[in-house]
Amino acid sequence: MNNFSPIPIDDYVETAMGWLTDTFSGLFKAVQNNGEDLMNGLTSLLTAIPPFVFILVVAVLAFVATGKKFGLAIFSILGLLLVYNQELWEELMQTFTLVLFSSLIAIIIGIPLGILMSKNNWVEEMVKPILDFMQTMPGFVYLIPAVAFFGIGVVPGVFASVIFALPPTVRFTNLGIRQVPKELVEAADSYGSTANQKLFKVELPLAKSTIMAGINQTVLLSLSMVVIASMIGAPGLGREVLSALQRAQVGNGFVAGLCLVIFAIIVDRLTQSFNKKKY
Amino acid sequence: MGKIKIEHVTKVFGKNTSAALKLVEQRVEKTAILEKTGATVGVYDANLEIEEGEIFVIMGLSGSGKSTLIRLLNRLINPTSGSIYIDGQDVTKLSKKQLQEVRRKKMSMVFQNFGLFPHKTILQNTEYGLEVRNISKEERQMKAEKALQNAGLLPYKDQYPSQLSGGMQQRVGLARALANDPEILLMDEAFSALDPLIRKEMQDELLELQANVQKTIVFITHDLNEALRIGDRIAIMKDGQIMQVGTGEEILTNPANEYVRNFLEDVDRSKVLTAEHAMVRPKTINIENDGPKVALQRMKEDAVSVLLVVDRHRNFKGYITADDALEISKRGYKDINTILKTDMPVVEPTMLIQDILPIISDSPTPVAVVLDGRLKGVLIRGVIIEALASSTQEVNEHE
Ligand SMILES: Nc1ncnc2c1ncn2[C@@H]1O[C@H](COP(=O)(O)OP(=O)(O)O)[C@@H](O)[C@H]1O
Ligand SMILES: [Mg+2]
Repeated sequence: MNNFSPIPIDDYVETAMGWLTDTFSGLFKAVQNNGEDLMNGLTSLLTAIPPFVFILVVAVLAFVATGKKFGLAIFSILGLLLVYNQELWEELMQTFTLVLFSSLIAIIIGIPLGILMSKNNWVEEMVKPILDFMQTMPGFVYLIPAVAFFGIGVVPGVFASVIFALPPTVRFTNLGIRQVPKELVEAADSYGSTANQKLFKVELPLAKSTIMAGINQTVLLSLSMVVIASMIGAPGLGREVLSALQRAQVGNGFVAGLCLVIFAIIVDRLTQSFNKKKY
Repeated sequence: MGKIKIEHVTKVFGKNTSAALKLVEQRVEKTAILEKTGATVGVYDANLEIEEGEIFVIMGLSGSGKSTLIRLLNRLINPTSGSIYIDGQDVTKLSKKQLQEVRRKKMSMVFQNFGLFPHKTILQNTEYGLEVRNISKEERQMKAEKALQNAGLLPYKDQYPSQLSGGMQQRVGLARALANDPEILLMDEAFSALDPLIRKEMQDELLELQANVQKTIVFITHDLNEALRIGDRIAIMKDGQIMQVGTGEEILTNPANEYVRNFLEDVDRSKVLTAEHAMVRPKTINIENDGPKVALQRMKEDAVSVLLVVDRHRNFKGYITADDALEISKRGYKDINTILKTDMPVVEPTMLIQDILPIISDSPTPVAVVLDGRLKGVLIRGVIIEALASSTQEVNEHE
């Protein structure tokens, strides 16, 4: 016995989305087109590099970044050779582009937002619940506005990944700056630092390892969106997993999944190794 | 007019400041005010005049408002009401830019836990005040190196703070302040985190420095001995209020009220000589690294026949004698564990000298002063007797 008709939340949302897509359709279209070109360009560039050169560069980077240890370098060589051997190299490069763009955009938005949050309690109070909301939402949900704004393809994939992957960078930047010992903040102030001098000479360097931990999580989250984003047409390893799933091809699905895991491990270890303390 | 003048300065922490202020005027207790209004009184109606070139000490128990008061001077904390004049200029009225200028040129601060930036080298730390003033790299490096040179720390300039001992870190803290050549030094419990022996050295260095450069120094401590030792004048605070200002002599002979009298008595009781006051720096050897050759060399250098043995963390292990070291050295043994003796008496830093006297007169060896397993110093019979003699003399002079 429901005497009340349901509140038409769905209609409200649809109206709002409709208004947004209409009003900003020019902007969305521009972002869609340019974004697509930019990312395709990067993928072609990466694919143009001979795979063996690429693998060598990654191995050297891994060797240097992990402090002249061979473990990750050897893993990278074997793992990437396997991807090449499975003829998934181009898909790997597409995934790489997707993760790179989503992570970079998330970092470019996330760090300044985190700084703002750390400097202003009011902003922190406002942003925290939004971040909680963003993190409790399953990644799929972001596909809906992504498609509404940008149609299908790699750009809406990046859009959804950025929203999904943003929170850790914001949170950890805020946390890292707020954790700088009070006495050091006082020292910076007492010597007459401007707000910017304090931020760049003291607070950010001291928050660096915390922020890097947040960035590492952001990169991994955007990687975890790869398969989901392929549902709206983002290319790459994710699409291989998805199509194997749809056709119940266990073997193919396993291979594509394995390649994703190899990529994830290399990315995770590399971003972590940039986070070494020197003092 | 004095170099620094504070007029009716009050600081209330929290939201309900005006209600709290009213209660303070009615002489309501600080804890009651906190209960009623949720606001904490940090400093209440402080009035002070500090002269150019003096070391002005602010004393009081923990929570009495010392740190708040000193931070009001450079406005790390903004006053709720009142005026603060530095060279006649009211700093409470300064704009952000002007305040930065005052902080950069007029005064520098030294912190209890040193406040050094862990990600910067000693030189970079020392340069910090000059760096934020946008002084050229060559000039600031030159000035910072000179400040480090004066502190005897130039060889450490490329190390990081965590690589230095506490005493050295605070020398860097002081060098950083002096590199700016400020007129005023603000020192908040600057020596309180240091071991007693190093602390005494630092006090001496500060006095020597003051004899040479004549800064105006505001120095906070909760230790009466330190206050009497270095202060030209002393202010005593309680619950955010200044109880009395005067020279050490004036305050000791003429306490303004019951509180000050009790406060001095409390401190005086602890002033009775303890192990901490009479101990000297021990000659030590590290059991994990050093062998008998090093031990013998060190004994020769320092002209002693006994070395105290510690581990890497300065945990006290025992002692070795020259005879034993010579013996195993001849036989070619390396490990000093084989000759380690553990029968040296051990006392805590707070133990009274009168209780130590029977121990030390029964013991063939010196007595180790140890806190939580760490070696702090060593008591030597001759030095103890000397200390006793000079302290009776001091007491006599006071009377
Ligand atoms: N930022 C703050 N917020 C609230 N209360 C504070 C703050 N800083 C100090 N207080 C309070 O002010 C009083 C004086 O503190 P403080 O100046 O640090 O004392 P002291 O340095 O003599 O130990 C204490 O009761 C302390 O709890
Ligand atoms: Mg204090």
